[in-house]
Amino acid sequence: MNQLNDAIMAYRLRWKRRRLLFRALRKRQQLRGVVNRTDQIAKGDILGAVTVRNEIVRLPHFLDHHRRLGVAHFLFVDNASDDGTREYLSDQPDVSLWTTRHSYKLSRFGMDWLTALQARYAHGHWCLTLDADEIFIYPHHDTRPLPALTEWLERNERGSFGALMLDMYPKGRLSTHPYQPGDDPFHQLCWFDGGNYMIQRKPDLQNLWIQGGVRARCFFADQPRRAPTMGKIPLVKWNRRFAYVSSTHSLLPRRLNHVYADDGGEIASGILLHSKFLNVIVDKSAEEKSRREHFANSDLYEAYYDRLIDDPDLWSRTSTKFISWRQLEAMGLMSKGNWI
Amino acid sequence: MLVHTAFDRAEQVARHWAAAGCPLVIHADKGVPKPAYDAFKKSLSDLPAVRFSKRHRCEWGTWGLVAATQGAAELMLNDFPDVRHVYLASGSCLPLRPVQELIDYLADRPQTDFIESATTADVPWTIGGLDHERFTLRFPFSWRKHRYLFDRYVALQRAVGYRRRIPNGIVPHMGSQWWCLTRQTLSAILSDPERSAYDRYFKSVWIPDESYFQTLVRQYSRQIESRSLTLSKFDYQGKPHIFYDDHLQLLRRSDCFVARKIWPFADRLYNAFLSDNAGAMKRTEPNPGKIDRIFAKAVERRTRGRPGLLMQSRFPVEGRENGLTCAQYSVFEGFSDLFENFETWLAKITGTRVHGHLFAPERAEFSDGQTVMNGALSDSATLRDYNPRAFLASLIWNTRGERQCFQMGPRDHIKNLEWDLAKDPNAQISVITGAWAVPLFKSNANFSDIRKEAARLQQVESKHLDVLRSPWTKARVRIWTMAEFIEAPMEPLQTIIDEIGQQNLRGLSEVPRMSDLSGFGQFLQNLKNQGMHPYLMGDFPVAHDPHEPPHNKPKPYLVQ
Repeated sequence: MNQLNDAIMAYRLRWKRRRLLFRALRKRQQLRGVVNRTDQIAKGDILGAVTVRNEIVRLPHFLDHHRRLGVAHFLFVDNASDDGTREYLSDQPDVSLWTTRHSYKLSRFGMDWLTALQARYAHGHWCLTLDADEIFIYPHHDTRPLPALTEWLERNERGSFGALMLDMYPKGRLSTHPYQPGDDPFHQLCWFDGGNYMIQRKPDLQNLWIQGGVRARCFFADQPRRAPTMGKIPLVKWNRRFAYVSSTHSLLPRRLNHVYADDGGEIASGILLHSKFLNVIVDKSAEEKSRREHFANSDLYEAYYDRLIDDPDLWSRTSTKFISWRQLEAMGLMSKGNWI
Repeated sequence: MLVHTAFDRAEQVARHWAAAGCPLVIHADKGVPKPAYDAFKKSLSDLPAVRFSKRHRCEWGTWGLVAATQGAAELMLNDFPDVRHVYLASGSCLPLRPVQELIDYLADRPQTDFIESATTADVPWTIGGLDHERFTLRFPFSWRKHRYLFDRYVALQRAVGYRRRIPNGIVPHMGSQWWCLTRQTLSAILSDPERSAYDRYFKSVWIPDESYFQTLVRQYSRQIESRSLTLSKFDYQGKPHIFYDDHLQLLRRSDCFVARKIWPFADRLYNAFLSDNAGAMKRTEPNPGKIDRIFAKAVERRTRGRPGLLMQSRFPVEGRENGLTCAQYSVFEGFSDLFENFETWLAKITGTRVHGHLFAPERAEFSDGQTVMNGALSDSATLRDYNPRAFLASLIWNTRGERQCFQMGPRDHIKNLEWDLAKDPNAQISVITGAWAVPLFKSNANFSDIRKEAARLQQVESKHLDVLRSPWTKARVRIWTMAEFIEAPMEPLQTIIDEIGQQNLRGLSEVPRMSDLSGFGQFLQNLKNQGMHPYLMGDFPVAHDPHEPPHNKPKPYLVQ
């Protein structure tokens, strides 16, 4: 009986994946090309895929970091930026850029646009799907570039790699920490919640639903179910038949969601350092609150925005100060697995 | 040297060998496209003592690798008559010590063959569930490319009881494919009159490159050192570990002559080991054992993980947790109801971290009234109750190194956790049943409310005790009725404290203060009179309690 149910679920998910791909194909019409440098993409290159809106402040460091890791080419979708993001990106030699003024929310938070681009350009490549406020790190990232990781994953017959999103915050009120574009944001946002994560396994997609961190502690203590999802699967050896289901938290086919061991062992995983709480968030929250583009059920998140607009201090005496990936590994937030 | 990719690195290493005066025969996989092969050949054309042998297709685990080795070895022995030892290396091998040291080392041992060679019965190297059957079945299908056919065909042969005959009664041996053999031994193997029979046999052995020379060397060698001079480490699936830049110190420490596999882009390693540092010659023996621990730990981490850690890439299904928590902790039920200062006393006497009721309905009562604990664990009851299992596992994980104790009782939100607690071998659970009645007894509530509450708590605790007494329980559980406990409180306390096992060996110098229980028997009788029979606390006489605690402070007991 269980096997039958599983087969039925697999069949339903197959159709769901097809729907998502079809939907992405339709949303492709909404994109207008700005610069297309995809002819530079060579066989075996690792790609980045990002949707941005007004991220001029974060982009210099974002690009710098991921270039250094070994991302060879970036696919960007600009969603109606008006702060110079578009111009900045179109000047970058390794960026291909599309733009659209359509709704971010109706594009499943940018996923439809990216899925369309990935199907076209990322087939057969390892692809890192990120937001502009996410900095990807993994065990040994300071000495081993991304190609070392992806090669090793392939040797181990893994097609995807998971990462926990770690909300980084400063000590003191958010707005009191000035930031210069290009700087490492984690000089100031150097604190995080080290051990309050809650995990459930989703029976349908078989991914882990991880919640917790500072946002659950400070903003969603009274309604934990609504706390943001922290588990992501940003790095995938892409195939044009793949599709992310909700943000990069889960994808189809669901075998790609198996970025964890369930036999008691540990497998290698990474971290997304989240620079959401940079000083600019205070102003941006007011805007986001009125745009209502960020959550499926935006009304429920008004209080959350109000708290952010209030410029809170997220720091607690038990916060952990960020030192290095080794520290995160020792704390059990990510794992080397057997990649030593 | 067997090469199939990363030709720039292969060239670099070939030049390194050649510069030290070692003649070289290179075999390139037939899968390499001709232009790449020609370019590679050309790049080494200035070296006089380099030959290229006939190309074979070398797929992992197939005969091609052995054929390639044979061809290259024959060429080596014919073209370079001065060669005494032949070292089999690959393109991703990297010499770690000056080549001259290796030459001297081999010159000191002119008759020794260095080849790992062990019988199948004695080593646990199994891949795909096959050990001795590697030698008795046939394997026409590729394990990597046609796994299904491979498995089916093995199953079929097993089903019909097929066994191959091993020629001339040789005893199959296995070992690392990277060896170093003397001319005498190698030429004996290659010119054996029976060779065609052996070759035919080994062509359908599985992974012959790990058994052909390893088996035949036993026929001819005068002196076998059963170890490889090449350092190579394998993970739990038998795949070789790859060395990166950050392994520099590790490789140095191993004192091995050659290591594989090196990541082709590990510039730092190639620069460090191939630069000509004609420093002081070391006479040390290779000692790969020095770095074994690190690799053993990696296997352990991959297969068993860190017990008590629930995280994004370790989320065991029920039964595979290897312990829900990472360290021992103590749960006390009823103690803080019976004793007035139990928590402070316990903290003082054991030096552990003592929390209040962590699962209280209002909030998690962390020690010292903290609102956030280690790891930014919040005291919010909603967050905690959203995933109590994660809450407990995180608490114990975040405070590793410091033993945790906490109070529990039927008032708390324990329904979703009690099974996890009971099944956790790290939990030490001590229960005084019925002690929840003491706060009711002391309270200033209406008796009808007290009666209702007592009935509820009794029901909850009774179910809880069923859980603790179930056959699935793995925690160390001790249960006393309240009447039993106050009769002789020090003995159980001493046992519990001893088990926590902190310093204090001289017995308890100080005892916790017990609540004044005079009139408690009557209180229970009143409940009974109202039709609510409190039974969990054991037998309390009604009128005059003979065991009623002394009215003055209890004197310190000394229990040895």
